[in-house]
Amino acid sequence: MTLLLRLSSDTAADRVVPPSGYTARLTGFTAAAMAFLAVFAVALSLASGRLADRWQSSLAQTATIRISAPAEQMTAQTEAVLAVLRTTPGVASARVMDDAEQRALLEPWFGPDLPVEALPLPRLVEITEDSAGFDAAGLRMRLAGEAPGAVLDDHTRWREPLVAAADRLRMLGLTAVLVIAGATAAMITLAANASLAANAQVIRVLRLVGARDTYIARAFVRRFTRRALAGAAAGTAAGMLAIALLPEADAAGAFLTGLSFRGAGWLWPLTIPPLAAIVAFAATRAAAFRVLRGLM
Amino acid sequence: MIELAKVAHGYGGGDLFAEVSLTLSPGAFFFLTGPSGAGKTTFLKLCYGELMPSRGDVNIFGSSLRRMSRDDIALARRRIGIVHQDCQFLDHLPVSENVALPLAVAGRTPQDVGADIGELLAWVGLAEQAAALPPSLSGGERQRAALARAIITAPDVILADEPTGNLDWEMSLRLLTLLVELNRMGKTVLIATHDLALIRTAKAQVPARVLRISGGNVQLAGADL
Ligand SMILES: Nc1ncnc2c1ncn2[C@@H]1O[C@H](COP(=O)(O)OP(=O)(O)OP(=O)(O)O)[C@@H](O)[C@H]1O
Ligand SMILES: [Mg+2]
Repeated sequence: MTLLLRLSSDTAADRVVPPSGYTARLTGFTAAAMAFLAVFAVALSLASGRLADRWQSSLAQTATIRISAPAEQMTAQTEAVLAVLRTTPGVASARVMDDAEQRALLEPWFGPDLPVEALPLPRLVEITEDSAGFDAAGLRMRLAGEAPGAVLDDHTRWREPLVAAADRLRMLGLTAVLVIAGATAAMITLAANASLAANAQVIRVLRLVGARDTYIARAFVRRFTRRALAGAAAGTAAGMLAIALLPEADAAGAFLTGLSFRGAGWLWPLTIPPLAAIVAFAATRAAAFRVLRGLM
Repeated sequence: MIELAKVAHGYGGGDLFAEVSLTLSPGAFFFLTGPSGAGKTTFLKLCYGELMPSRGDVNIFGSSLRRMSRDDIALARRRIGIVHQDCQFLDHLPVSENVALPLAVAGRTPQDVGADIGELLAWVGLAEQAAALPPSLSGGERQRAALARAIITAPDVILADEPTGNLDWEMSLRLLTLLVELNRMGKTVLIATHDLALIRTAKAQVPARVLRISGGNVQLAGADL
């Protein structure tokens, strides 16, 4: 907040350093380009985060066991399956679905009047895993021995590596944001150093008439902070516009359209310009004081 | 005010001068002479802390230069008006802003201190040049602007390095009269100059002492000059 206040009040202090259109344009352009990239990095990070969350919750700890057996063996095999599950590590609970639930599952396909009792439907057992999860291969072998009609269906597990990949993508997005911030700091430091070197005589005169280091540094810091803020604002606007204009694709392109910001997610890129200003402020200040301390 | 204690200074090679002890007390009026390259400018730089002496110490307004922070030195310089031999302006700002610069860096305006830039510039004969940029000024105009800047803060000490080097005699006398007036108000004045006529004229008006740098010493010159 103080940063913004200090920036807004334009004083004569800024005039003591001669304007230099060249470094000004370079700094603004750098900040704009970096902000543009940062918007995409943030979007990537948010989108892969959403993807990871969705996949994670859909495979959340459930699997089913399907028991197909002649009617007279059904009860015995169901009991056997439940007995196996009770002694399987990683299984939090197991529950036999009743007819009503099964009917509800089938209704979308067969309509409401399905005579469930009359059909040779498999019995379904819903397993809830604990956080550790169970060993699917071991469970299959034991089921084969105890209840030959039982089939373990853990089809959602194939998504596990995808969740890991999406998580990794989210981390990569965040890392990219940090790398962009670092690169911005480095480039603004270079520009500030060039500006300080070009204005050595100005700095000397200011020191001679009694200016303190903070006064001299502020003249440079304000200028670079303001340029970075303006450049980053333009770059961010361009990046957000580009993302807003991504074409609406159908389900096949779900991941691509998923890159767009959702709801409050649109607020995240708005933090980029102030962050760029803070980076520029810190980088220029450090560069200025380093140069000034080297003078008498 | 400013006190040099056994100061010696040289730039890498031998000492320009050594064992210099001198007190610039309030109300003192000094001239500093010596051949070109003797170290007059160097001596002044030691007095306002642009150079750290090779040996010895300089006491500025009660603080040891060796122990002063960069901010301390900046604040001390606000109490010292300096006319640099090479003037030292900000070339992108007009003369009037250059003259007001010592106030600006201290966060003050001419109104704050009751100074009138226009009047001051008129007094040094630069009323017309107020809006001009320093590089367009003649040598003498630059020196007059430098003098105006040196006195705008009503400093306790005035250090002037060849302030009349490019001035005609009439302007030199005006400048001297001003410095003598300021000295009578209690300001300490030190003028480095080659101009013996100026020194003689001054001695007729104030009890000025003349320091001569020669042969590695800074000595009070006799009445002969
Ligand atoms: N920054 C520096 N580095 C090295 N040598 C210097 C430096 N400044 C001055 N000198 C040398 O120190 C000597 C004294 O210089 P100084 O400027 O003090 O002389 P001066 O008495 O003011 O001369 P002038 O009357 O010509 O102005 C000169 O020989 C000069 O070359
Ligand atoms: Mg000199």
